[in-house]
Amino acid sequence: MSLKPQGRVVYVNARLLDPATGLDVMGGVLTENEKIVDFGAGYAKADGEYGDVSVVDCEGACLCPGLVDIRVQLREPGEEHKGTLKIAGVAATSGGITSMVCLPNTTPVIDDMSVVEFVARRARMLGLTKVYPYGAITKGLEGKDMAEMGMLSESGAVAFTDGVHAVSSAKVMRKALAYARNYDLLLVQHPEEPSLAAGGDMNSGDLAIRMGLTGIPAVAEVIMVARDVRLAEDTGGRLHFGHISTAESIDIIRRAKERGVKVTCDTAPPYFSLNELAVGEYRTFAKLSPPLRSEEDRQAIIQGLKDGVIDVVASDHAPEDEDSKRLPFAQAAFGGVGLETLLSITLELYHNGHMSLLDCLKTVTCGPADIVGLPAGRLEKGASADLCIFDPDRGWKIDADQLASKSKNSPFDGRLAQGRCLRTVIDGRTVFEL
Amino acid sequence: MSTRDRELRFTHRHLLGIEGLYPFELTDILDRAERYAALNRQRAAIEPLLEGRTVINLFFENSTRTRTSFERAAKRLGADVINMSVATSSIKKGETLIDTAVTLNAMHPDVLVVRHGDSGAVELLSQKVNCAVLNAGDGTHEHPTQALLDALTIRRRKGSITGLVVAICGDILHSRVARSNIHLLSAMGAQVRLVAPSTLLPSNMGILGAEVYHDMREGLKDVDVVMMLRLQKERMEGAYLPSQREYFHFYGLDYDKLSYAKEDALIMHPGPMNRGVEIDSDVADDIERSAIQEQVEMGVAARMACLEVVTANLEDWRKENGL
Repeated sequence: MSLKPQGRVVYVNARLLDPATGLDVMGGVLTENEKIVDFGAGYAKADGEYGDVSVVDCEGACLCPGLVDIRVQLREPGEEHKGTLKIAGVAATSGGITSMVCLPNTTPVIDDMSVVEFVARRARMLGLTKVYPYGAITKGLEGKDMAEMGMLSESGAVAFTDGVHAVSSAKVMRKALAYARNYDLLLVQHPEEPSLAAGGDMNSGDLAIRMGLTGIPAVAEVIMVARDVRLAEDTGGRLHFGHISTAESIDIIRRAKERGVKVTCDTAPPYFSLNELAVGEYRTFAKLSPPLRSEEDRQAIIQGLKDGVIDVVASDHAPEDEDSKRLPFAQAAFGGVGLETLLSITLELYHNGHMSLLDCLKTVTCGPADIVGLPAGRLEKGASADLCIFDPDRGWKIDADQLASKSKNSPFDGRLAQGRCLRTVIDGRTVFEL
Repeated sequence: MSTRDRELRFTHRHLLGIEGLYPFELTDILDRAERYAALNRQRAAIEPLLEGRTVINLFFENSTRTRTSFERAAKRLGADVINMSVATSSIKKGETLIDTAVTLNAMHPDVLVVRHGDSGAVELLSQKVNCAVLNAGDGTHEHPTQALLDALTIRRRKGSITGLVVAICGDILHSRVARSNIHLLSAMGAQVRLVAPSTLLPSNMGILGAEVYHDMREGLKDVDVVMMLRLQKERMEGAYLPSQREYFHFYGLDYDKLSYAKEDALIMHPGPMNRGVEIDSDVADDIERSAIQEQVEMGVAARMACLEVVTANLEDWRKENGL
């Protein structure tokens, strides 16, 4: 892919949407090389006089800042048969995502500066979606000894998490929160008490009883959220919960925010668009971690997004190959791919009347960017020209086999979606066009 | 065959579970089984309906009783039987369930009888083969032929299932036998009670269509049938129950607890029994009331009926699909 500067390009005749400022107007964006130079209503006309500039006519489609996805598993280095940086980059750009933050659960684990630099360098060379790594909270993600968070942060780790593992020891978590405060670092927890989740396959409840599967109770998430909120309060540390899935967790986080605890959280599209019934007939593509919950939980997640208690929607992209999914349910791996469907499924919140288009987009642009401190997710003069041009009404059928991801394990396979990315621009270069 | 007969029979290629089957489908199998039970008892000659057919017993979990019962049933009907157990197969060499299914399918069997330790595994396998599949137990999900043989035993002893009160007692949470029995008995019009401590019987198990009891004497009051379940040894040592003796004290079937049931209550157990854990030896061996030996006998008859119906339906399916 050419990394040459693109000169001046103007994207005209677009519905400009900037969730950070509330801008919603017909207009356009002028970019020069990798930066946004100007934007606004002055670029509304498709046939305007723009001088010596390449003109891209958006034909009335929406133009917003490129999406920021703060929960992605990349599998490179270590498990390239499931996914690579390049394939994830292609998948992400086709979903309008211009920045993503990857979990440290690679092999080797991102608990060492050399791995942070490896991932960053590989991603830069590809010139696709920008990749920012999380560093590990504990060495080897073992939940015991703290990783070198300070130095990892200096070398580019944007925040810290043990990925799909919870930091299960209250003592370790307390120390990590206190230590992270030294450098004002953010910790991201996978909230699930391992002793309650161990051996579980799906949400505890009527369906698990019927199917003869072992349940993972909602309380496994709830007690970890409650515990860590208290630890964050106690230490003054900054804490973010990944993929919240239960109604009760939202209540705890709501009250914590009201008290001024420095806590934020995200959820993923499956948790507001699917419920536990999706695993019926032992569909392993719907085996996720945390498990898909009850309908009441799903509705509470939507309410949490409307109220702003849930700050972010992240894809929770977790590629798994066929050998890991075409198995009896109990043996199958957890997780689903989600880069390509993040925008479309999130737009369901808008189409179903739960949120305004701007509020909906905020959860996938400036919302996540602000939490991990990325210079992204905004239309600003001088900012990187990372743009997503999409048609909010374009209908399509999600077909796992057509996805760019190497692994096809989408929980949304076969779903009819409304809204699709038409063009993705990163640093002024068009990297995807439908 | 009259039109009415055609409509009121079991028409599926596989028997994967009881859930979702109609009472007339269950009755169809039970009626056929009833006939086989009588013929077996008379040591009478039986029409070799499965002559030239291949039945593969594929057991991913060890089981002598069920496998032998299926083998006996298939041979009574004249089938060639191949037994495959995990120890001699390539599963231990890392072959996946689907690879195994595809490999066996290439041998053109007519019926696969499958037991697997994971819920849903037999259904997954059935999607990849061109033969009929009988579920011989999948994880903690279903064990349909056990429920059918239990129903056959009850029907022979009590005349009918409709209107009976049946208590299922023991490790219900981990029991595929319990799930299949709850579905079958409630479909046939019996009232089902579940009796166990709450660690082995979450309150929402009632959604399967049964009443939940944690006091055994209360649960056994005026029941027609007491169905005991086997308790796995590893569940007795602290994880689900404090001890074997505490379990027996509160939930073991002895004459005192049994006295709360109807006087002619039938005692059943799918076997193998843990004497002195879930059932007192004297009760288990009570010739008047225990139907435990008869259950084993009915197992062969019920499985003959299952083999008969799925093989007939397989023929229809093969014709429809040009195979």
